[in-house]
Amino acid sequence: MLLRHTPKEIGERKALMINPAKTCQPIGAMYAALGIHGCLPHSHGSQGCCAYHRSTLTRHYKEPISAATSSFTEGASVFGGQANLLQAIENIFTVYEPDVIAVHTTCLSETIGDDIKQIRDKAEKQNLVPPGKHVIYCNTPSYVGSHVTGFSNMVKGMTELAESTGKKSGKVNVIPGWVEPADMEEIKRLSALVGVDITLFPDTSGVLNGPMSGEFKMFPEGGVTIKELKAAGDAVGTLALGEWCSADAARNLDTKCKVPCKVLDMPFGLAATDRFVDALRTIAGVSVPEEVTRERGQLVDLISDMHQYLYHKKVALYGDPDQLIAMTEFLVSLDMLPVHIITGTPGGKFERIIKKITAGLPCEVNVKASSDMFLLHQWIKNEPVDLIMGNTYGKYIARDEDIPFVRWGFPILDRVGHQYFPTVAYKGGLRLLEKILNALLDRKDRDDSEQRFELVL
Amino acid sequence: MATTDNKTAQWNAAEVKEEILKKYPPKVARKRAQQILINEALQNGTPEIQANVRTIPGIITMRGCTYAGCKGVIMGPTRDIVNLVHGPIGCSFYAWLTRRNQTDAGEDGENYMPYAFSTDMQDQDIIFGGEKKLKAAIQEAYDLFHPKGIAVFATCPVGLIGDDIHAVAREMKEKFGDCNVFAFSCEGYKGVSQSAGHHIANNQVFRHLVGLNDEKKPGEYKINLLGEYNIGGDGFEIDRVLKKCGITNIATFSGNSSYDQFASAHTADLSCVMCHRSINYVADMLEIKYGIPWIKVNFIGAEATAKSLRKIGQYFGDKVLMDRIEEVIAEEMPAVQEAIADVRPRTEGKTAMLFVGGSRAHHYQELFSEMGMKTVAAGYEFAHRDDYEGRHVIPSLKVDADSRNIEEIEVEADPARFAPRKSEEELKALKDSGYAFKDYAGMIPDMDKGSLVIDDLNQFEAEKLVEIIKPDIFCAGIKEKYSIQKLGIPMKQLHSYDYGGPYAGFKGAVNFYREIDRLVNSKVWGYMKAPWQENPELSATYVWE
Repeated sequence: MLLRHTPKEIGERKALMINPAKTCQPIGAMYAALGIHGCLPHSHGSQGCCAYHRSTLTRHYKEPISAATSSFTEGASVFGGQANLLQAIENIFTVYEPDVIAVHTTCLSETIGDDIKQIRDKAEKQNLVPPGKHVIYCNTPSYVGSHVTGFSNMVKGMTELAESTGKKSGKVNVIPGWVEPADMEEIKRLSALVGVDITLFPDTSGVLNGPMSGEFKMFPEGGVTIKELKAAGDAVGTLALGEWCSADAARNLDTKCKVPCKVLDMPFGLAATDRFVDALRTIAGVSVPEEVTRERGQLVDLISDMHQYLYHKKVALYGDPDQLIAMTEFLVSLDMLPVHIITGTPGGKFERIIKKITAGLPCEVNVKASSDMFLLHQWIKNEPVDLIMGNTYGKYIARDEDIPFVRWGFPILDRVGHQYFPTVAYKGGLRLLEKILNALLDRKDRDDSEQRFELVL
Repeated sequence: MATTDNKTAQWNAAEVKEEILKKYPPKVARKRAQQILINEALQNGTPEIQANVRTIPGIITMRGCTYAGCKGVIMGPTRDIVNLVHGPIGCSFYAWLTRRNQTDAGEDGENYMPYAFSTDMQDQDIIFGGEKKLKAAIQEAYDLFHPKGIAVFATCPVGLIGDDIHAVAREMKEKFGDCNVFAFSCEGYKGVSQSAGHHIANNQVFRHLVGLNDEKKPGEYKINLLGEYNIGGDGFEIDRVLKKCGITNIATFSGNSSYDQFASAHTADLSCVMCHRSINYVADMLEIKYGIPWIKVNFIGAEATAKSLRKIGQYFGDKVLMDRIEEVIAEEMPAVQEAIADVRPRTEGKTAMLFVGGSRAHHYQELFSEMGMKTVAAGYEFAHRDDYEGRHVIPSLKVDADSRNIEEIEVEADPARFAPRKSEEELKALKDSGYAFKDYAGMIPDMDKGSLVIDDLNQFEAEKLVEIIKPDIFCAGIKEKYSIQKLGIPMKQLHSYDYGGPYAGFKGAVNFYREIDRLVNSKVWGYMKAPWQENPELSATYVWE
């Protein structure tokens, strides 16, 4: 047994977190910043933070992750990190020549109270920022929220670039939330198919799923451009996908540039995708083309074809609020039973939404925010499940308890596919179903007796 | 080797250095110039390189932090201590199972390696102090697991807000009575790299663990293996070979280690240091306090393994042991030679670059050379000058502001337990025969004239080196892996071994030869261009069948 010290009996823990279902803000800010074209994320703190975030993102994407750090020493921690950040800005623009540096803070620089805006302004005054180049920033104290909060804060930081010319561009802003490059590509494809001209930000497609060509580009082709971010202020509206990841940025655009917004769920599964497509066509005043309806029909078709293998299967889920809300709704729509749901990210609202989605299920549902995978494992020991879905760390529980496991979420450190194949929208729904069914049916084929072993399923 | 010479002739080290430096702002260029060395054969001594100095802000470094060196590297691999990280969640999350320290849960079955423990500090803890939460977390860990030890690690904000983690640890240790609680002030901002964290870890291990168990362990020829972290099972392979020779490994610092190994380390008769950088402090302290001499060994490379075993044999001076060691070497080498004979026609004359760690960039040159491959550039992430130039420079090292902040503990001979393992005469006889105690000559003397030695290599420099010199393989860590491979050059991770290994000892050497053969001769590097990119001109119309 790998997790041999995890007892079945659940005791109260108030101070000790064991096997987290979250990480800290800065990595979310770094991931979001990579979705800007020509952007070098910068971590204002000790160099270890940057090393850890780059390592984790690299392991997840199997792609180069470029980011710089202020490399604090003890002196900087006492006297403030201004000198380090000014020097970093000069060095970065000289050596790496990005279009934009996206600075995020760390628990270190937040605790000592560095004022990033003041340092940025000073860098501009000292001409350390070349003409036409930008330094954007956000505050990401690691002791508040989670990696999801950091992502949201950096996206909000991007909206600070938006300008309003007073003339609407006819475009729609879409903030996809923390989804994979392949998902961002799919959201763009679907929007184009519906006939809506969107600006997607951040957009890591083309950045974190790049080709091998014998050339290393620190700043690959993909990413939302500064020009597009500026023009976001002239959009007719913003669709924010996910309350936790995207709503703050959308509301900031509303306040700053009077771009109205609507917060939707992330488009995982049938119903959430339906709502996304419906919103797109309503905003743009177009009718949904047959092709989109056909893709939807394929998903419904597959659900009906394989419903018997999904019906009332119990699932344990862990991950981030926006993703879990959409996934729980999808699983319920498949007549599956999501019975244990955990996020490390804080949010009483999360628990309420999940309870509402699962209200009609014929079983008890455990849900907890600000929690950890140690508790999830204990829940599973007390009420076993047929399937576990979440990031790579779940494989320790899955192996110990001998439960089928689908990798979905962040980080995925031991499998590939998330870079290239979406799980959002109708096409992504097909892939999710394929993954879930493969896990369940492989188990059935393994466990069925020789007499009951089936050729056709 | 002709091919190698042809390769080297295509570039000139001085021009490479100049090409790199010209991109930097003047201040950065001045600093980097001292950390980029073109190796030369000096009459007296080794050329000097600047090392263990601050990383330049904004320059994309390979380095990590003090916490990573302390918790991640040194303390991470100990299976039966609950490693509790006091801080916001990230630091514990990122160090959770990511260093591939393989572990055998042992007969007692106590193994916390798959767990991540954290106090998950929130903003109110930063404002009002985190000691109360830390105390509660230690209590909860004790109630749940009743471990032998709980180690507390400080992250950046802890030092800033002034939580006294050592006082909390002392209080809880006294309260429990049967659980050793101790703490590490390893805030990430201390020092200039992971190296400071190694030092901090070494001090506390020595202070709180070593010497707690005086019980005599069974076995003969007792050694400690210092600075071996069992990445990819290296330690398992070394233990296999040691056991076969009849050598007893009392404690490994710290791969696949247990609480009791640390507690018993003072009962060994020889300390063998693998990674000089991360652990030489413990070797010194074991000698001063308990009288255990130390030698430098290297189990990376089949020849190096044989040499290290003979060195251990010679120390004990027992013919039975020395004969057994020769038998083991004779038994193990045929498989090694067979593998070399197989791969060498495909690897001979190829070139390698190694930028990793504080010892691996040196040790792995042995393995490459056994395959007929030449190291054209190498450097460490976090080493000090002695790891480059040899221990003779230690007295002349300047202690700067960053190093001064790292505690040096004063150790004295233990009044009851100090016991010289060898008499003065025995030591003298060994030394006279050329036997080297406490000696490490460093990386530079083993490298060719005209090769490049670069400390704290960064992303821009790595890219330039690969572009200009075009090595056949580049070795570093996960952060560097894919930017190098995008350039069409195979990249081998020498921190995590790309999830392979072991590469230590005899079997490890064979694994490494095969792995490098696979990498440098993979077909994939030939797929970079599509047919229409190779021949963009449309020369004829399509020929249908």
